[in-house]
Order: sequence, then C-alpha cells, then structure tokens
Amino acid sequence: MTERRTVALFVTCLVNVMRPRIGFAAAAALEAAGCDVVVPRDQTCCGQPALNSGDREGAKAAARRTIAVLEGYEHVVVPSGSCAGTIRAHYPEILADDPAWLPRAQAVAARTWEVLAFLDEVCGWRPQGTRLAVTAAYHDSCSGLRELGIKRQPRRLLAAVDELRLVPLEGDETCCGFGGTFCVKYPAISNAIVEEKAAAIEASGADLLLSGDLGCLMNMAGKLHRRGASTRVFHTVEVVAGMADGPAIGEDA
Amino acid sequence: MSSFTDRADGALADRQLKIAIERTTGTAQAKRAVAVAAFPDFEAARARAAAIKDHVVANLGAYLEQFEASATAAGTQVHWARTADEACAIVIDICRAAEARSVARSKSMLGEEIGLPHALAEAGIGRVETDLAEHIIQLADERPSHIVWPALHKTREQVSELFRRHHRTPHEGEEIAAMAESARRHLREAMLAADVGISGANFLIADTGAAVTVTNEGNAELSLVPPRVHIVTAGIEKIVPSTGHAIHLLRMLARSATGAALTQYTSFFAGPRRAGEIDGPQEMHVVLIDNGRTRMREEGLAEMLRCIRCGACMNHCVVFRQIGGHAYGGTYPGPMGAVLTPALDGLTANRDLPNACTMNGKCQEVCPVDIPLPTLLRGWREKSWREGLEPTATRSGINAWNRMIASPRLYRLMSAMGARALRTVSRGGWISRLPLAGGWTRHRDLPRPPAGGTFLDQWAKRRR
Repeated sequence: MTERRTVALFVTCLVNVMRPRIGFAAAAALEAAGCDVVVPRDQTCCGQPALNSGDREGAKAAARRTIAVLEGYEHVVVPSGSCAGTIRAHYPEILADDPAWLPRAQAVAARTWEVLAFLDEVCGWRPQGTRLAVTAAYHDSCSGLRELGIKRQPRRLLAAVDELRLVPLEGDETCCGFGGTFCVKYPAISNAIVEEKAAAIEASGADLLLSGDLGCLMNMAGKLHRRGASTRVFHTVEVVAGMADGPAIGEDA
Repeated sequence: MSSFTDRADGALADRQLKIAIERTTGTAQAKRAVAVAAFPDFEAARARAAAIKDHVVANLGAYLEQFEASATAAGTQVHWARTADEACAIVIDICRAAEARSVARSKSMLGEEIGLPHALAEAGIGRVETDLAEHIIQLADERPSHIVWPALHKTREQVSELFRRHHRTPHEGEEIAAMAESARRHLREAMLAADVGISGANFLIADTGAAVTVTNEGNAELSLVPPRVHIVTAGIEKIVPSTGHAIHLLRMLARSATGAALTQYTSFFAGPRRAGEIDGPQEMHVVLIDNGRTRMREEGLAEMLRCIRCGACMNHCVVFRQIGGHAYGGTYPGPMGAVLTPALDGLTANRDLPNACTMNGKCQEVCPVDIPLPTLLRGWREKSWREGLEPTATRSGINAWNRMIASPRLYRLMSAMGARALRTVSRGGWISRLPLAGGWTRHRDLPRPPAGGTFLDQWAKRRR
C-alpha cells in the first residue's frame, strides 16, 4: 500500500454552519483517496470578509491566526475555491511586507488545495462504483476558476460517476452575482445577475446544479427556489463522494 | 442609499436600457472570443502589450521629450497641461487665435474627461461631434455610457426619433442604412464647414511625432484634414516608442474592442500640411495632458496607465451589463472606470464604484494588457477603509466578525448559536424573510442549516 497522506480539512464558515454535509463528503472522498483527514479544532474564518471589505489589518490578523493553525500539516484542503484562493493567492500578498510571516504564508499557501483539485491532481483519484442517474449542469465559481485554475478537475471527477451526464450551461464561467458581502451591499444588482444565472440553469434542463463554492451555491439555490424551479443543488464533492442521494441544499428537515 | 445605488436602481428598472446593453455587449463578447481564438498565441501577445506599456510608463519623461522633439521637427506645436482646466484653456486659446466659430470633434474620451465640450460651449465656440454615436449623444444632450460605443444605451428606435427631430432632411423608412445616410448628410456639411478639428489619440509615437486615431466611420479623417487647424488632446500615457509598438497594440485594441482584426480607418497624423501637399491643416497642435496620471503612477496605479481603452472589461462585466455606463457617474464606466474615477474625481464621492464589484476576475482575464483590475479595486477598498469612508454598518459588522473569529471558542459558540437561530425562523427547508438580512431574502430564499449542529461540533463528537 502506498503511503497515506495526512490532510488538514479547513472546512470554511459557511460549510460549518449551513451545510456540514459538504465537510463530511470532503472527508469521505479524501479518505477514499487514501488520505488521513484531520480537522484542526481551532480553525475559524480565513479572513475573506475583511480582505474584500478593504480591512487589510483585519485580514492580516486572520491570515496569521489561520497560518498558525494550519502550518503543521502536510496538506490543507478546502471545500471552497474562494477560501482556498484567499489562503493560496492572497495570504502571501497581504503579508508581503512582514518578513517574519511571509515565509510561513508562502509555505502554507503552497500546501493549500481546493478539494476537487486536490482529489484530481494530487491524489489522482476517481470515484469508484458511484452511480447517479441524473443530468447535471456545472457552474465554474469565479475564484476557483480564475485564482486557482479549477476547470477540468471537477469535470474529470464527475465523468467517473456512472450514469451522470453533464449538460452544457450557457455562461458557465459567468459570475452568479454572489460576491460575498457584495450580495447584501448591492442587493438589487446582485439580484439582477443571479436572476439571469437562474434562468440559464433552468434553460439547461439539468436535474442538478453543481459547483464548488457554497456561497455561490446558496445564492443560486435560493434564487432557483424563489423562482419555483425544480433544479436541485449540490456541492460537487457531495456527488463524487456518493452523498448526492441525500437532501439537496434547502431540503434539510 | 447613495447616488450610485439610486442611479443603479433606475438603470435596473429600465427595460429599454437592458435590451440596448445586451445587444451590443453580447455581440462584442462573441466577436472578441472568435478573434482571440483565431490569434496565434494571444497570451504571448498580451504579455508583450503589457510589457510595452509598462516600459513606457516607467520611462515616461524620456519618451515624452522624444515625442516633443519629433513632433516639433514635423511642424507640430506641442503643449503641456498639468490639469483638465489647463488643457481646456490651451485648446480654447488655439481656437480663438484661429478665430474659430465652429469645431468638428472626433470622438475622444479624454476630451470628455477634461470637460472639453462644456469648455467650448462656455467659450461660445460651436461644436459638432462627428462620430456617429457621439452625434447621437450630442443630439440627446447626454454623456457617453461606454468608451467605445458612447450611445450604447440607446436603442435604434430611440435614435430614429432623435434624427427625425434634429436633422434637416431626415430618413424616411426605419432602415439603419437610411438613418446612417441621414447622419452622413447632416454631419458632412458640418465637418467641411469647421474651422478647427479636434481629436484625441489612441497612440502618440515618440520617434515620429505622429498621433494615431482609429475609427470605423472615417469621421476622424474628415474632421481633421479639411479644417485649418488640427488639435490633438491626449493623455501622457498614450506614448509608444515606435510605429511597430503602436501596430502591436492596435492589433490587441481592435480585437479586444470589437473582434475585428483592424479598424476600418487607422490614421497617422504627423504635422501640418507641408509645401507641395494638396490637403491637410495649416497648423497642428498636440496637447499633452497629465490630469492626475503622474500621481496615479506614484500612488500604486501605474498598471492602470497600461489601459488602451478597448472596453473589453466593461463588455464582460456582470455589473456593467446590468446597470450600464451612466450609473457609474464618471467619464469612464465599468471596471476600468471604477479604478479611474476615484483617482480623477475623488474617492469620497465614488467609494461605491470599487465596492460594487463581485471580484470575479473576468475583467482582468479579457484585458489585452493584463491590468490587475480586481487588485486595483481592492486597493481602493483598502484606502476607503483606512480613511473611514465605509459606512458604519459595514465597519462595525466586519469589526465584530474579526473579534469573533479571533477566538476559536467564541467562533464555535457563535456558529452553533447562529445555526440554531436560523432554524427557528425557517419554514420547511427555507427561510424567506430574515431580519437584518433583507438584502438576501428580498430576492432569494436562504436554505436553513440542518439539525445536528455545526460541522466542527459534529466532527468532534464523531471522532472522539
């Protein structure tokens, strides 16, 4: 047997509160891929709200604390492109003028992965014996796509799910209008954007909508539900972990 | 509510505007994608374009002096303006010295930036906008809503009505060709009668002293060659070292703007009419304008000076495509405008612009000179935060969040309490109204957290 990898799961604030299933699905897939999963108890938020609100000092404080919690692990895996992107792309940037912390930021950044990219690129893993007879549309969440280059990895994993068929989604690389605090700071603009996104998802005719970021997924799922659409919404890792037989987003009892 | 959100709300309610934006930006996106795919190694060409601009911006003083020497040698008079007001005053003085009653202006966003249309009106000098879209804007007494298609916000039907009202012998049917013919009749007369032609420049070439303009209508040539005087107003960042560099950037510009390989007309204006030439102006002037550009270079916005004004960032921006250009309130809209307007018009009145962005990164992806627009927008957000311009609710919300996440125990406790609280206000799996979160629930439902507590608490229980 090959050597097992130890992976720290950084679960993210939204998954922690709004949809723990995604965390368990990530852990299950990682274990199936031969990893030992640990969940550092003292993890909190990566600091993205402060970073995107212009509070650089607040973001630095969150970065330092998160680095200290995560730096002892061989790999850090995150079920979110935007939180992984914050650690990987932005920590070294915001700590660039801090000689004590920059090397630590770079070290953690180099070991941090979005979960689907990690399963595909590092583990070379594919779902085995997972069957789901559905059509699914895939939305490329912006941070994952443009900060981390996540495009083919989730599609390669989904291609290994038996009987799942990906259908084209018009504008799959177009932002859904979530944007973190943007959606509550500029609700009318955000709404106009997600309205178009929801219409495109409905037009795809897919049974499921999949993506890799819970913020975007909640935005699209919430709009689809308000519109009365029947599309069910899951995080991609739930599907590849074989957990899409459970409740979709918003179906929890 | 800010004036920005008021304008945005107005735009969102305007169905005609939505149709107009959709038509033009949709076509632009599709055509650009085809042009970029057909270009051998667009990424390398893009990197070279960025490198050319960075080199010029880093050595601006030397290239400007070289341009001045080359242009002067070609018979052009070169003027320097630190501010918008200085630039307008120079233009007005030249017009007065030429005893100009009317000027023909070929579309220039820099002219809009420095307020030249207004300055000419104040000086009592008649102005004819000769670009078709600018002509429409002038008739409607509005401001451009896009840097490439100033009248993007107008539908064909609205334009038809404007022409009927203002043209002496307007078109009869509703065909676009007939409308264009009506504009041609109207504008050609005015162009040929103008005393002074005013243009911007897409590029200023340091080693030849030429100013380059691109149009698809040929209006620059007709506005600038017949009049006695040609005045170019250009930002100092428009300099390139040589014609070859200009050609490279032109290839990027045309493809990124419209998807065309090149514009219909690309002209190099290098000095007034020489002895023996049959046409051309008697005088040519170039006004080199700073208007905040040197300060931008010193204050962390040097990369913004790469911009070649193609408009790709706004054509691909989800926010621009919903609210259009006027909502931004400045000369330049969209992502590039959200970076430039706070620099030109001040951050205090424009703090919304860098904030009203989802940070999706598409603008940088399509930028032909790879300007890190999201990073520059974040820079403005940071300045706004430091200077205390962010609303109290935002500041206290972020500060409270920062305090909570600084303590893992508090974070776990608040997360668990939050999950429970959300469950109490839900019906079924969804929350359709939530106090303090109206921004979300006014437009969409919120899935409620499942029973059983947070992931961190569940994991701790299961794995112990």
